[in-house]
Amino acid sequence: MAKQSSELAIAELKKLLREKEELNAGAAEKIEEVVAVLNKCPPTYDPAFQRIILGFTDFKINNFDKNPDLYYQLANGQSPQYLVIACSDSRVSPSVILNFQPGEAFMVRNIANMVPPFNQIRHSGIGAAIEYAITALKVQNILVVAHSRCGGIERLMSHPEDGSAPFDFIDDWVKIGLPAKLKVLKEYEGYDFKEQCRFCEKESVNNSLVNLRTYPYVESGVRNKSIELLGGYYDFVKGEFSLWKHESYITEPITIPLPTHHHSNLAL
Amino acid sequence: MAVPAPFSLSSDSFASKPSTTTIFGCAALKKGNFEQTHFRSCTAFRRNQGFTLKASMGPPGFTDKLNNNKLKTLADTEDGCDIFNDLKDRFLSFKKNKYLKNIDQYENLAKVQTPKFMVIACADSRVCPSNILGFQPGEAFMIRNIANLVPTFESGPSETNAALEFAVNTLLVENILVIGHSCCGGIRALMSMEDDDVERSFIKSWVIGGKNARIKAKAAGSNLSFDEQCTHCEKESINHSLLNLLTYPWIEEKVANKELSIHGGYYNFVDCSFEKWTLDYRETKLEENGRITAKNKIFWC
Repeated sequence: MAKQSSELAIAELKKLLREKEELNAGAAEKIEEVVAVLNKCPPTYDPAFQRIILGFTDFKINNFDKNPDLYYQLANGQSPQYLVIACSDSRVSPSVILNFQPGEAFMVRNIANMVPPFNQIRHSGIGAAIEYAITALKVQNILVVAHSRCGGIERLMSHPEDGSAPFDFIDDWVKIGLPAKLKVLKEYEGYDFKEQCRFCEKESVNNSLVNLRTYPYVESGVRNKSIELLGGYYDFVKGEFSLWKHESYITEPITIPLPTHHHSNLAL
Repeated sequence: MAVPAPFSLSSDSFASKPSTTTIFGCAALKKGNFEQTHFRSCTAFRRNQGFTLKASMGPPGFTDKLNNNKLKTLADTEDGCDIFNDLKDRFLSFKKNKYLKNIDQYENLAKVQTPKFMVIACADSRVCPSNILGFQPGEAFMIRNIANLVPTFESGPSETNAALEFAVNTLLVENILVIGHSCCGGIRALMSMEDDDVERSFIKSWVIGGKNARIKAKAAGSNLSFDEQCTHCEKESINHSLLNLLTYPWIEEKVANKELSIHGGYYNFVDCSFEKWTLDYRETKLEENGRITAKNKIFWC
């Protein structure tokens, strides 16, 4: 079994070697070295192990070694332009879907890409990441990215109404999105459950953007326009990406009674 | 009102069949010619974006108001335009070079994810596992936090615990990999702080979770420089997290039954090397001093 996976890895490397015609002689030699190492792998090496060797070798040969200036610079410090908060889901890595290269995005990944309101006792994990990104790294753009068919949002929408047994930790975490759930249940009453989930995936991003502003350094950055708050939605069923911006502004006065209005614009 | 109907990088331009809807509603963009001059795409883009951007956040009654104020909005989004274009180009490049070229794979993935790995890595912009280990969509469920720390089961609910629970009990991942890295700012903060100093910042109250690793790093490296001690702590803290993983009953059970393996990894981005090791459960349980026993070590540079 292990032997097979080692052979598989070697086959993949050789394929890589054939495909990447631009690979220089040095890289080809490196690959030969890897093949030699893999051939010597003790039989206890499992596929997971092989996967990591292969992945890192490919990165080193085709990325690190080809961009020495960039990596020399990055070794001395990072100054990413983005703080990205995305879901843990294996299908939505922002480095893949938005092609973020090393150094470009400071990144938090959690279940359902949620940002809780400022709370130093309960939520120091994500709080630490926001604090570090804003106060130490001075990132200028905070992007919260949600996605289609999110298991975390589905759980938020279905529990506890469905009578399922609670989880140890998941329910406590996703309930951060409760305001979004309530809003969707109210405004999309009567819609199919799956449709409500789609609405909640997007609304929950807005909830997180609002919560971000409870962090004092985010709020002051938004006010003096040094920080942009962005919402994103990756639909992996359709292969689409939506992007919007959270704005802070003072509204113009309204006259009561309000004129009647329709939601037609939003059917886009 | 609640749903943001923002600009969408729709499939129109690349899809094989003619599309019936377009969110851009702009001829230039509809034809899929995104390589036009920056100015033109920027203008077209802004024109369409006007009300939807704002509409996403306003209370009911607000949307109509904003529609009447499009011009004002255009001016407001001037600065945001570069960012929007940047992200648009990024996504379209992914879509063209990966999504559409592997459409069958993405269709299958859209139905279900079955990752073999759960990865816990640092939020640092230089160490994304998708880059350094080349994880493709569907391969790795991922948590990223400051200093890739795993809190204990007893420490109560947190996003890291929630993700572990989902990955282990619902997705049934076979491997958990905790990856640390060189020059970690979180570990530096941990090494330079005082224990009673936690109220003042999120960072300190988060990284204090790794204080046992700090104690070991300081004890082991009294004759080392501060930087060297930090490096020591970066690695020690990974082992500490691996031990913390075993405090979750549903993780320990699976590890004991060999249904789940726990690995540590260390990425040094100064010399581009990677170390990996696997927790030896039986030997670790025999150790009584709270140290881990590792097996299958490799060092790759």
